[in-house]
Amino acid sequence: MGHLDLAQVDWARAQFALTAMYHWIFVPLTLGLSVLIAFFETIYYKTGKEEWKRLTRFWMTLFGINFAIGVATGIIMEFQFGTNWSNYSWMVGDIFGAPLAAEGLFAFFLETTFFAVMFFGWDRVSKKFHLLSTWLVAIGSNLSALWILVANAWMQHPVGMHFNPDTARFEMKNFWEILGSPVAVSHFVHVTSSGFLLAALFVVSISSWFLLKNRHAEMAKKSIAVAAVFGVISASFVGLTGDESAYTAAQVQPMKLAAMEGLYQGGYNAAMVVAGIPNPAKKPGDTQNEFKAVIKVPGLLSLLANRKIGSFVPGIDDLVFGNRKQGIISAAAKIESGKKAIASLATYKTARKRGRAGVAAQALKTFRENQHYIGYGYFAKAEDLVPDVPLVFYSFHIMVMLGTLFPVIFIGFLLFIYKQNLARQKWFLRFGCWSLFLGYLAQQSGWVVAEVGRQPWAIQDLLPVFVARSNLTTGTIQTTFFMFVLVFTVLLIAEVSIMLKQIKIGPEEL
Amino acid sequence: MGSLSLSQLQHLWWLLVAVVGALFIFMTFVQGGQTLLFAIARTEDEKTLVINSLGKKWELTFTTLVLFGGALFAAFPLFYATSFGGAYWVWILILFTFILQAVSYEYRKKPKNFLGARTYEIFLFINGSVGIILIGAAIGTFFTGSGFSLNDYNLVTWQSPLRGLEAAFNPFNLSFGLFLMFIARLLGALYLHNNIAHSAIRERTRKAAFNNLLCSLPFLLYILFSLVTMNGFAVNPENGQIFLESGKYLNNLLAMPIHGLGFLLAGLLLVIYGVIINRFKNSDKGIWPAGLGVVLVVLALLFIAGYNNTAFYPSFYDLQSSLTIANASSSHYTLTAMSYIAISIPFILAYIIYVWHLLDARKLTEDDVAAGKY
Repeated sequence: MGHLDLAQVDWARAQFALTAMYHWIFVPLTLGLSVLIAFFETIYYKTGKEEWKRLTRFWMTLFGINFAIGVATGIIMEFQFGTNWSNYSWMVGDIFGAPLAAEGLFAFFLETTFFAVMFFGWDRVSKKFHLLSTWLVAIGSNLSALWILVANAWMQHPVGMHFNPDTARFEMKNFWEILGSPVAVSHFVHVTSSGFLLAALFVVSISSWFLLKNRHAEMAKKSIAVAAVFGVISASFVGLTGDESAYTAAQVQPMKLAAMEGLYQGGYNAAMVVAGIPNPAKKPGDTQNEFKAVIKVPGLLSLLANRKIGSFVPGIDDLVFGNRKQGIISAAAKIESGKKAIASLATYKTARKRGRAGVAAQALKTFRENQHYIGYGYFAKAEDLVPDVPLVFYSFHIMVMLGTLFPVIFIGFLLFIYKQNLARQKWFLRFGCWSLFLGYLAQQSGWVVAEVGRQPWAIQDLLPVFVARSNLTTGTIQTTFFMFVLVFTVLLIAEVSIMLKQIKIGPEEL
Repeated sequence: MGSLSLSQLQHLWWLLVAVVGALFIFMTFVQGGQTLLFAIARTEDEKTLVINSLGKKWELTFTTLVLFGGALFAAFPLFYATSFGGAYWVWILILFTFILQAVSYEYRKKPKNFLGARTYEIFLFINGSVGIILIGAAIGTFFTGSGFSLNDYNLVTWQSPLRGLEAAFNPFNLSFGLFLMFIARLLGALYLHNNIAHSAIRERTRKAAFNNLLCSLPFLLYILFSLVTMNGFAVNPENGQIFLESGKYLNNLLAMPIHGLGFLLAGLLLVIYGVIINRFKNSDKGIWPAGLGVVLVVLALLFIAGYNNTAFYPSFYDLQSSLTIANASSSHYTLTAMSYIAISIPFILAYIIYVWHLLDARKLTEDDVAAGKY
């Protein structure tokens, strides 16, 4: 499949990471803040009190600033599959394109159309229709997350498809299986509820600042009360679906789970790491320690991974070198099988071209026997199948620790509101202000776990990232990489600057 | 729908892609309006009025573009892979102009916007000019072809180191791009004339619509003349072989008397009619016939590019690598599944029209801007 230029692949990878991470600064806030604003406006609609309208409009202004840059960074995500990953687009376009088209059709138009009502419709439509529009924006935003996460989940756990040797691509067999895949469901709920959580932190953080400055105190307290309740509920969903995500990873991407836990030697009654420093020099199969320092809870990982006390959890070594007792095939055997699949596919195509039916049939049979490991055939050595363990490990543990902290923060705010002495808790308000950054850190860490954890695969077991690429020079991708760095950074500075100014201005006076 | 053959589905999906593409080109009145900003708005208030009028619609155009990309990906993934991965620079630059557009409306007037209002106005101008010209050049290659080849695994190798930008140096493609830009400006002027209640702006948009029609005419004549005389990329339906056929696009126009030649001529007349009633009868309804006209023209062009055994994304470097609606499409299953999804299109169009009917019931005035009600 052509000359392999690793630097080119890494730059394309970096570009994807860059654009995705920038995009993900803005998207979770859109997901959550749209819902929170809909709650605020519902209260306004029910009570008819102007102060709730004022509050709604204030958060809506910040929503609009964030939304614009989310859109700007989003368009590149869609087209990047074509520009930088054209082989991917061809190989799985038959499956991957459909959710993207559905996203455009069902979600984006809903979002866009009613976004206009939300911003320009205050005195042009009825109160009721305006409220409906605000809710439809929230639904549209989250619906768009559904489709894109279905597509992403399919890459992590490809279901509902088969390989067509005549077209040399994967084709859809069952749309519902793709939509209802357990990975897709847990992904969707996890990601949207984490977006809700971030938005709750956003509102709490800015409101805390107002309280510290002793401005708009009533509005700030009202905002915090709604956001903190929303935050606690969201945080519990994040926790539950996080557990579900880890369970599905254990079932369909055991290498990812092993990397998340820095687990090399698998075993029964596997322990879960609470905190640790992985040994960066550790290689699969060597005798070095996995960790430089570590605190573990025995047996917990078995429970998390298989929902069965004492069960076996495979480590990186088991997955690379195989474990006959557990029925785990070694990576070397998979690579061999994959090579057979690739070779027999080539034979099949040549034989078909030359009209040799017998040879083609034989080659097809060999291909079908080995096709499940076709992606492995592109690798030279088994160690290449292991992701960056320390990066995945740290990201996972940072995410989990922060995920445990957030509900505590929200409960703290609710407690002080209940006791009616929130405005006096200076240190706590200051902490509330800064907690927003922890929210962003958790968001980014989550995606690092999901995406770095599944390396080297674009499509799990079937398509390695370096095969998915476009035929571009390294220089070309470097150029666009730095173009994106420049443009996105400039836009981010503008966004933050405008946002801070709008916060300082505060809600409009009545 | 489940009983449609693969070929019927491929034709249906080319139709749907063409409809979305045509609606997008109509919606580029937003981009056209952006390039008119400096010419038709003299004071700060006038500028704000124009920006606010366009600012309510830009997302709809943007979303239509995103849907166009998504639909192409889903229905004709080989086009997505070949063109975006091959003609890399032309698409990247188009996308860049849209990134700049996406923040400009929201950030232009906000205090502490880091770059200053003028910069965001220039961003909008770049999107409306460079962005549209490059889109036109890319569509031009549907007729003039590109230099690429595909291997047995459908991986594209692009011949020119300019990666797609070379298309803009072909006179046909460049004319097509400029034609689209003048049409976008014409539509933008007609739209603003309809949407804003401000006598000075209305006077200027009236002139602008007419002048841009005049500017577009030489390019139109050149494009039409080239189109009916050039060799086209035909497909032998028996064996899928691609060959050059003289007068192919003229043949296609004649082979489709209604949705080819008919749409093209009716569309052009409607555009001219829209501008004329605006210019000489001072009607603010010109946007509607002109908009419909543009939709019909784009549909006709995309039909003759893809239907009647024609390669819609041809390669002049390696004829047999050319893409047709048959060899570039998704599978029977996927096209069927998506056709069910597409049943929602009329409902989506209906709510969009309903909402905009509500929002545009009253024209935008300077009072709205002064009161901040926009």
